[in-house]
Parts: sequence; structure tokens; C-alpha cells
Amino acid sequence: MGNEPNLLWQALIVAMLVVGGGFALVGAIGMVRFPDFFMRLHAPTKATTLGVGGVLLASLLLKWTQGSFGMHELLITLFVFVTAPVSASLLAKAALHRRAPSKAPVPPDQPER
Amino acid sequence: MWVEWALWFAGGALGLSMLLCALRLVRGPEPADRVLALDTLYVNAAALAVVLDMVHGGQLLFEAALLIALLGFVSTVALSRYISRGDVIE
Repeated sequence: MGNEPNLLWQALIVAMLVVGGGFALVGAIGMVRFPDFFMRLHAPTKATTLGVGGVLLASLLLKWTQGSFGMHELLITLFVFVTAPVSASLLAKAALHRRAPSKAPVPPDQPER
Repeated sequence: MWVEWALWFAGGALGLSMLLCALRLVRGPEPADRVLALDTLYVNAAALAVVLDMVHGGQLLFEAALLIALLGFVSTVALSRYISRGDVIE
């Protein structure tokens, strides 16, 4: 791994990696365990985006301590952050169009349908 | 030392979440569920490519991660259009 960065940078990189991996895992667990599609849509589109952002930030910091600037990481981060809400919105539209079953309760002051 | 441990932790967590995504991909009752599982799968695959690149210290896999993210987004858009409209390009 070349020259070792000093301890503060190492701690930052380790924290970013652990947070990133943990959030990605939380998003996947939520996607497996939630009971209906709209809840399942909620879990990975937030948590996994944050997880990928953490991992890419760790890589950016590592490249920075080795004396170069990672343009690719910045590009991937920007791309994922821009495209994740778009694909989530399109998926929600598709599920609404197919009338996917929802387990959310009906709001109380609305007439029953 | 610590950085390598954290790299292995992040790689393991990403691999496990890819396995969970594959489970939802096989099991999901709605077609939109499967597309969502594919979406999460490719995002995790891009992150795993970045982690592997940090382990090996190269530059090659970043292009792979960028390509995975790009093609995955396009395929998600196409599949969800196909689910909602029954057609990709009208």
C-alpha cells in the first residue's frame, strides 16, 4: 500500500469505510425484511446511496493521502447521487401503475374506498 | 493495518448485501421488486469494485465501477419504463 498515511487520516478512512459498509448492509437488510414494495423502495434508495458515498469518500481520502486527486471517485459519487432518486421515482411510478399492494394504513379522516 | 481491516470489513458487508439483494431478486413478488433488487445490486457492485481497487492500489477498476453505475442506471430506467408502459421507446 506504499507509504502509510498518518494516524488521523487512517482513522478518518477507517470510519468512512465502516460507515459505508454498514449502511449498505442496513439498506440490503431493509430491502429483504420490509413487508411491502413501497417500504422496500425506501430502504435501499437512502441507505445504499449513503453507503456508496461513504466508501467513495474513503477512497478519495486514501488517494489524497497518497498525493493524487481522485477524479473518478468524485465522478462516481456525483453520478450515483444524481441517478438514485431518478430511478427510485421511476420504480415508484411503475409500482403505482401496476397497483402494487400497500400495507400502509388509510389516513383516518378520509372516507373508506 | 487498520485500513486493511476496514477494507476487508467493507468488502464483506458489501458482498453480504449483494447476496441479500440476490435473495430479493429471486423471491420478490412484484416485478418492480426485482428491478429494485437489480438496482441495489449494481450500486453495491460498483462500491465493491471501488473497495477492491483500494485493496490492490490500482486505477483500473474505477473505470469498471463507473461503467457499472452508468449501465445500471440506464437498465433500471429501461426496465421500469417497460413495467409501467409495456414499451421502452415509444
